[in-house]
Amino acid sequence: MKYTLVAWMRDKPGVLSRVSGMLRRRNFNIDSLQVSHSETPGISRMTFVVDGDERVVDQVLKQMQKVVDVTRVENISDQPTILRELALIRVRTTADTRREIMQFAEIYRAQIVDISADSLVIQIVGAEDKVDSLIDLLDRFGIEEMVRTGRVALARGMRIGSHKAVSSVWKARSTPVANGNRSEREKTGGV
Amino acid sequence: MTRSKAKQVDSHRQSLNSTPREMTGAQMVWEALVAEGTTVVFGHPGGAILPTYDALAPFEASGAIHHVLVRHEQCAGHMADGYARATGDVGVCIATSGPGATNLVTGLATAQMDSIPIVAITGQVPTNLLGTDAFQESDVIGVTQPVCKHNYLVTDVNELPLILKEAFYIAREGRPGPVLIDICKDVQNAKGIFRYDFEIDLPGFEPWPSYDLGSLLDAAQIINAAERPLIMAGHGVKLAGMSQELLELVEKAEIPVVTTLLGTGDIPETHPLSLGMGGMHGEAFANMAVQGCDVLIAMGMRFDDRITGRLDKFAKQAKIIHFELDKAEVGKNVMPTVAVIGDLGETLPALLPLVSERRHQNWTQTLQAWRGDTADSDIINYEGDELTPPFVIRQLWHATNTAKQQRVLVVTDVGQHQMWESQYFIHEKAGQLLTSGGLGTMGFALPAAIGAQMSDRNALVWAVAGDGGFQMTLQELIVLQQEKLPVKIAIINNGFLGMVRQWQQIFYDKRYVGTPILTPDLVKLAEAYSIPALRVTKPEQVVAAYEQAHATPGPFLIDFRVKEEVNVYPMVPPGAAVDELIRRPKPGMVQGYSGVQPSW
Repeated sequence: MKYTLVAWMRDKPGVLSRVSGMLRRRNFNIDSLQVSHSETPGISRMTFVVDGDERVVDQVLKQMQKVVDVTRVENISDQPTILRELALIRVRTTADTRREIMQFAEIYRAQIVDISADSLVIQIVGAEDKVDSLIDLLDRFGIEEMVRTGRVALARGMRIGSHKAVSSVWKARSTPVANGNRSEREKTGGV
Repeated sequence: MTRSKAKQVDSHRQSLNSTPREMTGAQMVWEALVAEGTTVVFGHPGGAILPTYDALAPFEASGAIHHVLVRHEQCAGHMADGYARATGDVGVCIATSGPGATNLVTGLATAQMDSIPIVAITGQVPTNLLGTDAFQESDVIGVTQPVCKHNYLVTDVNELPLILKEAFYIAREGRPGPVLIDICKDVQNAKGIFRYDFEIDLPGFEPWPSYDLGSLLDAAQIINAAERPLIMAGHGVKLAGMSQELLELVEKAEIPVVTTLLGTGDIPETHPLSLGMGGMHGEAFANMAVQGCDVLIAMGMRFDDRITGRLDKFAKQAKIIHFELDKAEVGKNVMPTVAVIGDLGETLPALLPLVSERRHQNWTQTLQAWRGDTADSDIINYEGDELTPPFVIRQLWHATNTAKQQRVLVVTDVGQHQMWESQYFIHEKAGQLLTSGGLGTMGFALPAAIGAQMSDRNALVWAVAGDGGFQMTLQELIVLQQEKLPVKIAIINNGFLGMVRQWQQIFYDKRYVGTPILTPDLVKLAEAYSIPALRVTKPEQVVAAYEQAHATPGPFLIDFRVKEEVNVYPMVPPGAAVDELIRRPKPGMVQGYSGVQPSW
């Protein structure tokens, strides 16, 4: 299964290599990884997609939290989340196919952002399956070049606070609960 | 370092004169080291670190800091490591850029695997040459990142004081580890304002997570209901300084204890409830206890493959309770029933009153029966003409028992002798054995023994090494003269890279490829370094040799020419469950392997 994780980290030189080096070293399977500024100056936000089971994700979160510059990590897979990706696709066109391609773009609410005699560039924003399906459609016209940002994610409503909030990964529960009522992940300090 | 000791260091720092002063980056390094309580550094100079060495002069002259010149930077790492293991404090090593720093890598990796606090300081080419493949430039941050808890490249002198303070903080707090600071040469020369009264602000770095009371209550409940409980104690018990509390728990609820290699001595091995080390070369009864227990209480250990054997057959009958400081170790290899995440220094004392007084007579009697079943005495009391390593090691234990020094430290290298030491030396205290457990670094013993002895000149420090590992770092012998250190050295010399040879014998049909090893005349070698030495070839010479070593002031080397093809038993073949082990053969029996022999 694929999990979406978000990590906040101090914007220090080499922090991306620390994180990516750890992920490689520990043999985690990362589908996509995207880094940008966050709402807080000096803190970068990374969205990444992990392929694996619950134990793998648990380890990714814990190992990630051990990287000194990482301030917080969240697994947002089971929260209502807006997942988006942006793709730029340069498609080969002829006089015959141009209109058809533009119609497809319109249906997908994609934009034509560049056009030349024998090609045009389509920009699409959406969930990955939407991007995938447009790419499938365009494939038979001949995709000359393509770039995708990878998944970015933001939880809906107020589910995620600011980076100063206590990480759900990192803080153990502090009140005792009667034995047996607790989930496996709580008992093992997991996520 | 235990948490309370870390707090003491912290208050010591707070009491220091914190008036901001202008000085060079090089001076800042030494000022910070003094503030951190460092008195010894192990290092080797070179071009890019020269300004820092130059600034050391007044600190050496005043006796504040002593520099130990090593002969290879790897050993600067191991010496700082040995120093840290012996004291519980941060060890400091220093090297130049490029080859100096890359040579350090093995030392850092060894410390990282065994959770040893080290601060390593390296010189780097000037900032204007960074990334130009300048002379003696290497990407030290990139190279050392995977083997360090954290590392820093310093390109601005104004950042240096905070980085120095953070480095010591990160190395020491929580689960310890090595931290490297790579300082560009121009930063060492540049002037800036030195102050050391920063508050450390590292959001997300949580060295001491507070434990969950609910989990602790669950753990106590499971322990109280156990019929066949077993504690597996690791390095964390020593790091938290909790041996005494562990012993109280053990005696209160009558719970036997198996240790990991680094947990050796967590409770005295003379204690009737101590089963010694478990795992690949643990005694059969220790591993059978693991497989037979109904509750396994893991304390400060990380379920390394050498202790668990085949994971899907590990402790199948047991509910597993994991007491651990590092959350990432929980569920990494073994998924526990209950995890208590936090400092053992808090969780163990909190657990004690929750555990009821109990006796587990059936269980201890079963263990006693298993114990009688595996007679290591067959080997120890073996009266042949040949000199065997188990006998040499057991005699070392007897000899250190009668030595005049109170504190005995044994520093082992890696391989067969390391396992024999752990099996036949009877450890009374946590921290008595210093060894490279996780990384298994050959060549560790001599430099780590030097580091340990530097921290306590009155201790009786024995470096025990094989002929293979000893030859990896024997250039450091001269440091014994240079620093006038009384380290005693025992070489278990069998003419082979013994552990590799053992695997070749058992799993590769005795094809001894690359394992027969030539060794120079060690007695003559020791003479070249003005170290008194003896060669021992017969069992009856052993006791006298140890007596002579102890009676001789200063260093001493004994070259034990032991029987060549002796194997370490019991042995759990790699990939087998820990109870599918090859038992210790009786003397005279053919030592061989014909597939896995389940023992019960």
